[in-house]
Amino acid sequence: MMDKFTTLTAIAAPMPVENIDTDQIIPARFLKTIQRSGLGKNAFAAQRYNEDGSEKPEFVLNREPYRQAEILVTLDNFGCGSSREHAPWALLDFGIRCVIAPSFADIFFNNCFKNGILPIRLPREICESLMEDAQMGANARITIDLKKQVVQRPDGSTIAFEVDAFRKHMLIEGLDDIGQTLQHDSAIASFEQKRQKDESWRPTIVMETVS
Amino acid sequence: MARTLFDKIWDDHVVERLPDGTCILYIDRHLLHEVTSPQAFEGLRMSGRRLRRPDATVAVVDHNVPTSDRSLPIEEPESRLQIETLEKNVAEFGVPYFKLRSKDQGIVHVVGPEQGISLPGMTIVCGDSHTSTHGAMGALAFGIGTSEVEHVMATQTLLQKPAKNMRITVAGQVGPGVTAKDIMLAIIGKIGTAGGTGHVMEFAGDAIRALDMAGRMTLCNMSIEAGARAGLIAPDETTFAYVEGRRFAPKGEDFEKACAYWRTLTTDDGAVFDTEVTLDAASIQPNLTWGTSPEDVIAIDGVVPDPASCNDPARARQVQRMLDYMGLEAGQKIAGTKIDVAFIGSCTNSRIEDLRSAAAIAKGRHVAPGVRAMVVPGSGHVKAAAEAEGLDQIFLDAGFEWREAGCSMCLGMNPDKLTSGQRCASTSNRNFEGRQGPGGRTHLCSPAMAAAAAVTGCFVDVREMA
Repeated sequence: MMDKFTTLTAIAAPMPVENIDTDQIIPARFLKTIQRSGLGKNAFAAQRYNEDGSEKPEFVLNREPYRQAEILVTLDNFGCGSSREHAPWALLDFGIRCVIAPSFADIFFNNCFKNGILPIRLPREICESLMEDAQMGANARITIDLKKQVVQRPDGSTIAFEVDAFRKHMLIEGLDDIGQTLQHDSAIASFEQKRQKDESWRPTIVMETVS
Repeated sequence: MARTLFDKIWDDHVVERLPDGTCILYIDRHLLHEVTSPQAFEGLRMSGRRLRRPDATVAVVDHNVPTSDRSLPIEEPESRLQIETLEKNVAEFGVPYFKLRSKDQGIVHVVGPEQGISLPGMTIVCGDSHTSTHGAMGALAFGIGTSEVEHVMATQTLLQKPAKNMRITVAGQVGPGVTAKDIMLAIIGKIGTAGGTGHVMEFAGDAIRALDMAGRMTLCNMSIEAGARAGLIAPDETTFAYVEGRRFAPKGEDFEKACAYWRTLTTDDGAVFDTEVTLDAASIQPNLTWGTSPEDVIAIDGVVPDPASCNDPARARQVQRMLDYMGLEAGQKIAGTKIDVAFIGSCTNSRIEDLRSAAAIAKGRHVAPGVRAMVVPGSGHVKAAAEAEGLDQIFLDAGFEWREAGCSMCLGMNPDKLTSGQRCASTSNRNFEGRQGPGGRTHLCSPAMAAAAAVTGCFVDVREMA
């Protein structure tokens, strides 16, 4: 079950790089799991660890206070590439609940909402000023208020953000999409029946014929 | 009102439009593989839900599988567990499954069209971003995450809002030696990896119409690399001829009925696109990437960019970082750059037409000393077809490895990997840092360009090899 997302006050880690792809967030060699949990230790593995497994001290998430970061502030097209939901799972397992960027890749953006992570799109200048706040580390906690749809900077000023009303509702209530959709089961069933009647040429994949 | 091809397919699949505009969209085909499905099956099991349409679902293993001798057991325990987990799940939920040691096995995006599972006008999803490949059939096909995989399993639908419409017109005809891969790299180079974000990208124009189905699949495959939700090409006689007679395609009278419907699947005259992009086919050269994003494209006669000439300081830093990672110098000519590995395969370029184009270059030549060159067919059927034509022998005589079907070196999650610092001419789709193995350096290019690099030992204009 997904954790609800209402408000979050946390340390934000700055990642001033564009096009951070899902292979960077979690390299493919760590996708051999059959579980959702436990991926956090390998989030950003290539940037985070040396070949011998020791930490690269310069990487932001290896530094205090960013080890405790629950927010990432980054640049354009975050989460591009593979559809792997292991990317938001890895972020969540590390402790990240919110990512702020000028733009996101579509599939990653969508995957975040399914896991209780709030992706926020804000103009690049604002992301850059939030990154300056984030540089102050523990002295500069950022607050996300999803109900009011505002980001509060450490100086108390607020920035409004847009979020799809349906997704906002699902996040705030911690609701499961599947349960919601199954409330429309009869509509799905009648769609299927109409298809079968009017478009009987549509093939199915029958088990016996498959090797 | 005039509608686009995307609008038509979308409208035909809306089960219900919710008050805020979110649609319950019916899904015709759900393709499963071993990496992104285990948690979804587990979710079904935990919630006591059934798999709604096993007869619209199909599974295959591809990402993890070794491409060496199939008679041997899978050594890597985690890979073996993921494959065994899929086999257990498909048995439990009654999902049609193409077994690892069958000729039907292959890369999911090669298998779908090949078996007639992916058909025009369908909605097709898979927990893999390269599901966009099936857009070449004239289907709305896109990658989803594992939560959505579970959603489709339980409901045969997805909750979606319509995408924006984008049309990419490639006018005129490409010159000799220029392939679908070069066209797509040109497009990504032009619009960038976020150029298509939020859009479904329809490819149009004479150069697109002239492509065979394999070329169209290459194009749609990499529409995700341009950030698009999906790529689309209107079905035409080339498509119908490809579909006819395939195993799970409609037959006889049903095929005629299907074709009558499929012929309506074109963008109406006067339909409005949110974004239009036009390219002149004749200006497209054999292309390849130099950096670590698929948008870092240059023509084979081009030079590697100089960070000093970037106006944006953030971009300059990024270019420098990429040059360092790739082991390249600013201003260096890309032609003549030595390679260590050539990889011909992946869901982008592993179909019989791709292998023919690589074999035409390899024939009568030999892989350069110190270069490892591998050919990985996209499916068991592609492999068999290539062997029937003698392509395997051409490759083997030229010193290429001839391997079993799978994702192989595209993504570094099976034994086929680059080692740190190795430079690879790769027909795959992503040149991200570490994608083909930690520290590996990927240059994306066409099968002919990869074969040319393999036999000369460095990047070379394939047009000089004819």
